[in-house]
Amino acid sequence: MNDAPLLSVRGLTLDIPTSGGTLHAVRGIDFDLNRGETLCIVGESGSGKSLTSLALMGLLAPKIRRTAVRMTFDGTDLQKASRRQLRQLRGDRMSMIFQEPMTSLNPAYTIGDQLTETLLLHKKVSRAKARARAIELLEKVGITAAESRLSQYPHQLSGGLRQRVMIAMALMCEPELIIADEPTTALDVTIQAQILRLLVDLQREMNMALILITHDLGVVARVADKVAVMYAGELVETGPASAIFRNPAHPYTRGLINCIPVPGRNERGARLGTIPGIVPSLVGEVTGCPFRGRCDQRVAICDTAAPLRRLPDGHEFRCVHPDGHRHEEVTA
Amino acid sequence: MTAFPDALEITGPTPGQQLRRRMFGHQGFMIGAVFLVLLVIIALLAPVLAPHDPYAQSLSNRMVRPVFMGGTWEHPLGTDHLGRDYLSRLIYGARVSLMIGAVAALISGTIGTALGVAAGYFGGRVDAVVTFLINVRLAMPVVLVALAVVAILGGSLSVVIGVLGLLLWDRFAVVMRASTLQIRGREFVAAARAVGCSTPRILLSEIMPNIVNNLIVVVTLEMAHAILLEAALSFLGVGVQPPTPSWGLMVSEGKNMMLFEPWLVLIPGAVLFVLVLAINLMGDGLRDVTAPENRN
Amino acid sequence: MTNKPVLELKNVSKTYTIKQGLFGKPKPLRALNDVSLNLQHGEVLGLVGESGCGKSTLAKILLGLEAPSEGQVLVDGQALAGQDRIALSRRIQPIFQDPYSSLNPRKSIEDIITLPLRVHGIGDSASRDRELHKMLDIVGLPARVARSYPSQMSGGQRQRVAIARALIMKPEIVICDEPTSALDVSVQSQILNLLADLRAEFGLTYLFISHNLAVVEHLATRVAVMYLGRIVEEADVATLFETARHPYSRALLASVLTPDPDMGVPDTQLGAAYPNPIAPPSGCAFHPRCAKVMPHCSRIAPWPVPTSDGHVECHLYDQQPLQAAS
Repeated sequence: MNDAPLLSVRGLTLDIPTSGGTLHAVRGIDFDLNRGETLCIVGESGSGKSLTSLALMGLLAPKIRRTAVRMTFDGTDLQKASRRQLRQLRGDRMSMIFQEPMTSLNPAYTIGDQLTETLLLHKKVSRAKARARAIELLEKVGITAAESRLSQYPHQLSGGLRQRVMIAMALMCEPELIIADEPTTALDVTIQAQILRLLVDLQREMNMALILITHDLGVVARVADKVAVMYAGELVETGPASAIFRNPAHPYTRGLINCIPVPGRNERGARLGTIPGIVPSLVGEVTGCPFRGRCDQRVAICDTAAPLRRLPDGHEFRCVHPDGHRHEEVTA
Repeated sequence: MTAFPDALEITGPTPGQQLRRRMFGHQGFMIGAVFLVLLVIIALLAPVLAPHDPYAQSLSNRMVRPVFMGGTWEHPLGTDHLGRDYLSRLIYGARVSLMIGAVAALISGTIGTALGVAAGYFGGRVDAVVTFLINVRLAMPVVLVALAVVAILGGSLSVVIGVLGLLLWDRFAVVMRASTLQIRGREFVAAARAVGCSTPRILLSEIMPNIVNNLIVVVTLEMAHAILLEAALSFLGVGVQPPTPSWGLMVSEGKNMMLFEPWLVLIPGAVLFVLVLAINLMGDGLRDVTAPENRN
Repeated sequence: MTNKPVLELKNVSKTYTIKQGLFGKPKPLRALNDVSLNLQHGEVLGLVGESGCGKSTLAKILLGLEAPSEGQVLVDGQALAGQDRIALSRRIQPIFQDPYSSLNPRKSIEDIITLPLRVHGIGDSASRDRELHKMLDIVGLPARVARSYPSQMSGGQRQRVAIARALIMKPEIVICDEPTSALDVSVQSQILNLLADLRAEFGLTYLFISHNLAVVEHLATRVAVMYLGRIVEEADVATLFETARHPYSRALLASVLTPDPDMGVPDTQLGAAYPNPIAPPSGCAFHPRCAKVMPHCSRIAPWPVPTSDGHVECHLYDQQPLQAAS
């Protein structure tokens, strides 16, 4: 067993030039991911979580500038890798599941064609072998009559089935890392539970690393080993799932957890917690804590600083308050 | 005092401001618009700008060459085979071309928009009938139909406008139908119905404002189309009848002398080219600035 | 709370004809199948179910946007067919799911919110302006947004505008069709709080359609569970969330993911996929997915069995299924 993390990211920064100035969409995020581990990146729209996943896969739009101190996948430097190396990695050793299966499956090809394509591209296997593997995986993701599905087109399948096909497609080459961007958001709750369960089971079985990007704290709590809370382009809190949910340190994380109604926790009909305000503009220079405009723990120095605080078990957050709560006036 | 929880900077420009900003930033659109506005002003001020009466013949002054080919400033663009001042005829001709373009586009736009919006909004049988009408219309060759009509009714400005107006609605209908289909499913239409809005009100005040950009694009394209068709018909002798100054007619009248006096054909041809190019540039620009993929 | 239903559905069915392919024979799709439901004054009836179960069709019928194929809609005991849409729209107003689609992008906020007043010819421009500012204040928007356009606002702000438009006519009933599912988590809670406040302040009755059961549990007083065009269970919210009767209700509840890091992803035991509504299963429509399926479930359709606070439609709860069938 290798001790080095499978994926290691330090100081990942994404800048988007716009007519009004540079949009600092992601600003210096760090994380590590080991084999077999699940990292959930949780955040709201505009937090930069989807851009982060695209940056890892090297699928960003050309105008977005990506810089990083380090970005390695199993020892390979993703920044220095050639296009060819990246293409070999994608689909073979790392693969991605998108939110909307209808738009990510090509309507002009059959399920079978699309499933076998990646395998034929990356591995030297015969068509018959690829087909057998496709059937095996379709069965594994719980699709009945797998063989007959191979000749069907995406529009002939329901949303839940399409998402299962997407998962099967992502698994074809037995990747070591799967990045799933809101894989269940477009689905019904019952299907969501099934798909997530499937994903988690397969991940354990194949010892894959999984990055799950979502806005749903329920999903995060049930699936994640590690959680990274993203706000306005920064990871404001990272750590083991149990620590984050039991002892949320960053005011934003606490706010998010208090926002959602939880049967049994909230009194029925009682007021829910809120986070007033809106996400700040990230165009131009961004200084201090990005959350300060909405934070009820705000003090003067939040305008300039948001130091990294370390708690036990690799639980980290960025806040001027050592425990995330304002006690008395903090000076300097 | 209520606390305002979503905090509220209203950010960004209104849709109108945004559109204006984009239009002024679009080179093609601006060039086209400047030329078109210039031509419209010239057409409106024709009596002031024209140095001579466009109909006044002077048989002693026939075929005077334009000033850049050795003529005099008395007739800057020379005279035609009947001794009429070419510049004056050109200026009055702008009125004919622009009027034909505008009125024909207005008539066909009204017909096409009504049919297209009705088909898109009501769907079902209405849609089937309109689609059939569009296909029938597309099966008719415009020039041949125009020839036949003129042969029966005789050629005149109003007949040309009428024929073009009644024949060029197909693109309006197709585009308006597609745009309406897109808007009809939006929830604000359902909301308007739930509020109790009547159908005409929904069509006019909820749907139309959202498809009017597309309409304007088609208007420009069809204007250019109508202007070219008028010129073609006049050239063939079945459009505007002499002595009305029409650019198409001027090309036609000059064609006999084309080998010896090519400017008789080239000058009206060039002006026609500039006008159509200007309108098309504007239309293309409009399509760019209002295209959905350009919206954020 | 009075026991007079303000809105009642009596045996309502809605059948659409679906054409499959170019030359396919049109097939009937029963979006609603003999649904009876009533809404008491002041309550919040949560309507839950998977996509395609008929929730949205039900909302459209209640709003008068669609006519039922069979059955009746009664408002205060009067049949809806007799009332015109104008009169109905004063009493029932919708709040839609997607605030990006429910506001006309070409209209100013002022125009959008006062549209109902203008359509019904209520007041002059000065009084409409007063109403507009009152509504803006109620939904928590500053007066200066009146001249703005939807594209200048965030999702939460837009949904507030949609709420202001729905409430300016002072309706009694508001149909909320997934009002928060397009919003961010932090905004969702603000809108839910606002809806709860408005209900208390104006004595509104809500039909709250959602697939998010945690939200329904939080806001609703009564819940109806829909499956394939039928209401399979109806109960008080406490009863449903503590002791759901119908196996489908239980599966739905089991699939709610509460943020509890000690629990894994639940097994809903809903094996097969949601059935095709054009070819619904025989007998009980839920039987192919049911964990407690019995032999006769595939043959005999269940009927509503009254309970203390609603009804359930399942053979587990009727006493003599086989006798009744014969």
